[in-house]
Amino acid sequence: MARTRFYARLARFVEGRPGLYRWFTTAERMSKESLFGCRMCGQCAMPATGYACPMTCPKQLRNGPCGGVGSDGACEVYPTLRCIWVMADERSTGAGHRRDLDLLQRPVDHREQGRSSWVNYWQGRDEALWTDATTPGPGPLLHRDLGLVPR
Amino acid sequence: MTVEAPGRLRHALQAGRFVVTAELGPPRGADAGAVERKAAQLRGWVDAVNLTDNQGANVRMASIGACVLAQRAGLEPVMQLTCRDRNRIALQSDLLAAGALEIPNVLLLTGDHPHLGDHPEAKPVFDLDGVQATWLARTLRDDGVLMSGQDIAVRPSWLIGSVENPFAPPISLRGRRLAKKVAAGADFVQTQYVFDVRVFRRWLGDLADLGILERCAVIAGVGPIRSLQMLEILRSRVPGVAVPEDVVRRLRGVPADRVAEEGVRLCVETVQELRATAGVAGVHLMAFGFEHGIPEILERAGISPHRSAPAAVGGTPLATSVVSLEGDRHAR
Repeated sequence: MARTRFYARLARFVEGRPGLYRWFTTAERMSKESLFGCRMCGQCAMPATGYACPMTCPKQLRNGPCGGVGSDGACEVYPTLRCIWVMADERSTGAGHRRDLDLLQRPVDHREQGRSSWVNYWQGRDEALWTDATTPGPGPLLHRDLGLVPR
Repeated sequence: MTVEAPGRLRHALQAGRFVVTAELGPPRGADAGAVERKAAQLRGWVDAVNLTDNQGANVRMASIGACVLAQRAGLEPVMQLTCRDRNRIALQSDLLAAGALEIPNVLLLTGDHPHLGDHPEAKPVFDLDGVQATWLARTLRDDGVLMSGQDIAVRPSWLIGSVENPFAPPISLRGRRLAKKVAAGADFVQTQYVFDVRVFRRWLGDLADLGILERCAVIAGVGPIRSLQMLEILRSRVPGVAVPEDVVRRLRGVPADRVAEEGVRLCVETVQELRATAGVAGVHLMAFGFEHGIPEILERAGISPHRSAPAAVGGTPLATSVVSLEGDRHAR
């Protein structure tokens, strides 16, 4: 689903027609719900998570696993489920996209809940969803102001 | 304009001194005396104390209130703040309050899920995650802007803490996850209980490779296992805590009345091993209900109580070092 000018035009066309948009969003919901357990947050992070949906995590963590993952990879809240981030790690590593998990994911905009992430993506609204953590800003205080040296 | 809050923990880390922090769980009840009593047991022994935020998703006195009580009792507080009960509006307002109250350290974490606590029917918030909350704090302090982009009149100056569990899967991701938190703004990190020093050292190796140790102080979580019952709880009911087989054998191999002493001895040995490990900036003692035993553990590990500091009422303590103990299941 590449971002092309054709898809951008299609997305604008769909968004401009409420009935069509509703139909389109329902189709997206049905396909992504059955495939990924999609929660329709409207700002899909899955391209950067090995297609494991972080919104299915009980804490909706978008930047990696919590510290409560069981030794067998079980979710701490629902032990019968596997941690979504264990899956994301396996899948993205398997697909050669391990570095994707190092991206800093920005907070979710809850106004987009229930809206089409495809329409948003094709129109370039997802460009600021994440950023490269290897080029941080001024850096933490200790480093910058205190000259911390490792023991 | 910036509120100046010097902070012992900051100076100790800056000086490269081995720091000691401890966890202080606020009481279930409007009981200022409970915080004061625990503070009195730790005073002089720690560089800072972490006041937990409704630890384990169980209702307790708010961390911010307990921080003020700890300050009055002469201890430097680390205010823990979880994303479990607060959206981004509440997180920012609590961080501003911490700045105004001259709380010198804040520690941002995702928090335990309400299902695991005493109000399992509660609505979980998790508007941000721990990494995003750390990011928010750094932006607030260094750029002086809210998430909305609006400027704030007076900037806070707290040190920003974070947590990590080096022992939970996916293990290979744990160093990189901390790297994200450091990129987001974490100045120091406190870890989950270290019972397996070998695995911990491997994680430190990952951090060294990632260049994290120059940018973030790693404070290792430790605590005594004082009964076989506690051992079982840690092994089966606390997700994310890894107790290796040799520790289990050692605790089960002594007579029942010697388990507590063996657990303390194990903890002392772990502190000594960690102190001898390059890249470890200090230890964080988690000994819930056993705060009075912390001085003995430190003394036996060869760490002297040079941290006594008669702090000014209401903040800006002058003394030398900060010790913080991050506790229970918060390394997440």
